[in-house]
Amino acid sequence: MSIGTLKVWWAKLREQLSRAPLLGWLAGALVAVTLELSVGTPLARALGMAKIPVLFGFDLALKQPQIFPSALLYVLLIYVLPVAAVAWLTARPANLLAGDLLRRSTAISALLHLALLYAILHLWTGISDYRVLVVRLMLIAVMLTLSLNVVNGYMGEFSCSHPGFMAIGAYTASVFSVGLFVAGGQLGAGLLSPALGPFLFPLGLILAGIMAAIGALVVAIPSFRTRGDYLAIISLAFMFIAKSLFENLEVVGGARGLAGQPDWANLPTVFVWTVVCIWTINNFVRSTLGKALNAVRDGELAAVAMTVDTRRTKMVAFLFAAFWAGVAGGLFAHVLRYVNPGTFDLKKLAEMLAMVYFGGLNSVVGSIVGAVGYNLLSEALRPLELYKWIIIPLLLILVMIFRPTGLIAFREFDVQKVLQPRRPPPVTAKLSLEE
Amino acid sequence: MPLLHVDHMTHWFGGLRAVHDYNLAIEPGQVRGLIGPNGAGKTTVFNLITGRYKPTEGHIALAGTDITGLPSHKIAAMGLGRTFQNLRLWRHMTVLEHVKMARYSKITYGLVGAFFGTPKRNREEAEIEERAHALLELMGIQHSADQIVTNLPYGAQRRVELARALATDPKILFLDEPTAGMNPEELGQMMEIIRQVHKELGLAIFLIEHRMRVVMDLCQVIQTLVFGEVIAEGTPEEIRGNPRVIDAYLGKEVMA
Repeated sequence: MSIGTLKVWWAKLREQLSRAPLLGWLAGALVAVTLELSVGTPLARALGMAKIPVLFGFDLALKQPQIFPSALLYVLLIYVLPVAAVAWLTARPANLLAGDLLRRSTAISALLHLALLYAILHLWTGISDYRVLVVRLMLIAVMLTLSLNVVNGYMGEFSCSHPGFMAIGAYTASVFSVGLFVAGGQLGAGLLSPALGPFLFPLGLILAGIMAAIGALVVAIPSFRTRGDYLAIISLAFMFIAKSLFENLEVVGGARGLAGQPDWANLPTVFVWTVVCIWTINNFVRSTLGKALNAVRDGELAAVAMTVDTRRTKMVAFLFAAFWAGVAGGLFAHVLRYVNPGTFDLKKLAEMLAMVYFGGLNSVVGSIVGAVGYNLLSEALRPLELYKWIIIPLLLILVMIFRPTGLIAFREFDVQKVLQPRRPPPVTAKLSLEE
Repeated sequence: MPLLHVDHMTHWFGGLRAVHDYNLAIEPGQVRGLIGPNGAGKTTVFNLITGRYKPTEGHIALAGTDITGLPSHKIAAMGLGRTFQNLRLWRHMTVLEHVKMARYSKITYGLVGAFFGTPKRNREEAEIEERAHALLELMGIQHSADQIVTNLPYGAQRRVELARALATDPKILFLDEPTAGMNPEELGQMMEIIRQVHKELGLAIFLIEHRMRVVMDLCQVIQTLVFGEVIAEGTPEEIRGNPRVIDAYLGKEVMA
């Protein structure tokens, strides 16, 4: 077979697969994870692996390169082929169903897709605790990246205080849960019954967000009076202040940190909060009030002349971003069930900035891709330990050279478009051409 | 009572007196021109009235309300729309988004609507969009509504700016050299649009212009500014015949 015919086949394949709507792909993924549950282990053994490759072989690439090819084969057999086959086979009914759902209500359609996505994650993570941990941290990373993108991308300022907001959130939520519900923990006797805890946990997270937003106010008031680099400098200072504040607060364990958070940040909790975060931020940046951020960034004079209150716009966005960083911090502390000030340092900041700029400025999808991509890469490079910090910045530099605004920048995340059927039946296609 | 009233306005940039004892009274629906040689302070006058700078002395009133020293966005929301000498469009936004943005101060759905996408927000955004489409149609650029603004030709970009200014619901429109950099064909279209806007919307217009033809054609009253001082004010005929204006400004052009 020549390269030419291969290309034709490839194009045909892509054309066929592009007809499947998101619903079809999700159905495919559901089949794949079920398949893995039932035949994953024997298949992995047959391919010469001790157990199922937990993270698509990413984690094995450097640790055990000799079995990496079998991991790739496993991924092909368990994920790629079944997902593609199901998406292709169900394209027609899935399109009909997707169209029908969307006609009824975008909300119902979105909720159904999310439920499906959650089911997939639930089944997929059921195989190992490592997966549960990675997925939860990944979702938290998505929240952090997206909220930082609101400031550094949509607003076009350079803020470095996100680890600080995260720390405030982590400690607030931890004090809330350990202090109120854990008897005999670091913070003395619990006041309330632990049984109430999981129900009041959202309250703790909201409190975490609010505290972080109050912290943001401290940064915003002096720095939004001026333009330019001041925010970067003040926010960097804020990050260090927050870190040393917690290092010196003996009540919450000082530099040793605070441990014993109850296990409330399970997968469904983190999933729901991430969805709410993406939903509200996407709503905000697509509204005219939110787009005012872009107007202020791309021409403040014109924005003002068009009645935009720049100070209010920037304040709201900054506090909103800090709120979500705080919530993410609270979840983070409860996923690790331990928090110490050393976590919220320059390295954390570098990671967040890397995810934002890698994924793409001014883009919700970009932030999701950036956070997920970075986390997968980070897991793959884990065996390199410290050298990871040479490779990741290098990659970032490459992205900056070849795509200065990131992989998927300046794109709107239109939920309706994502959920809609891919290609209408031929008859309607003709009609739309005539229009 | 005039719609816009500027009373003895003076402005200093450090030791430089940019505007001196400037007075202005624009009636509703009037079209006014401001001419003067380069560096005379025309744009400074605009920036003072629109609130970008706070005048050192003097008072400004819009529709009877004192607006001296108010922040620009409040003045704009009170009914003073403007365009810029150099286009100031937002390079990542579509034409439609530009026009919608100008409704910022009129949005009532608030942050709850912005964050949670309430039905009220959807309704209001749809209303804003409809109005924006109507304005784009008035400007004759409705077909480029979804284009990123930087992809448009220059003349169309000027129209976007004008549509955007009109979307703020102005009582008076400030145009800073609306025909700058246009070729004769675009110039004719722009003048036609300004006339149409004046006629259909009944706006007062205050414009800075370098091309005599445009000012003389459009304006009912013209002020001439030289070194920050008004040296003449009157109808186009009066200005054309005024020896001081000819001396300071028109001299070469009229002689040629």
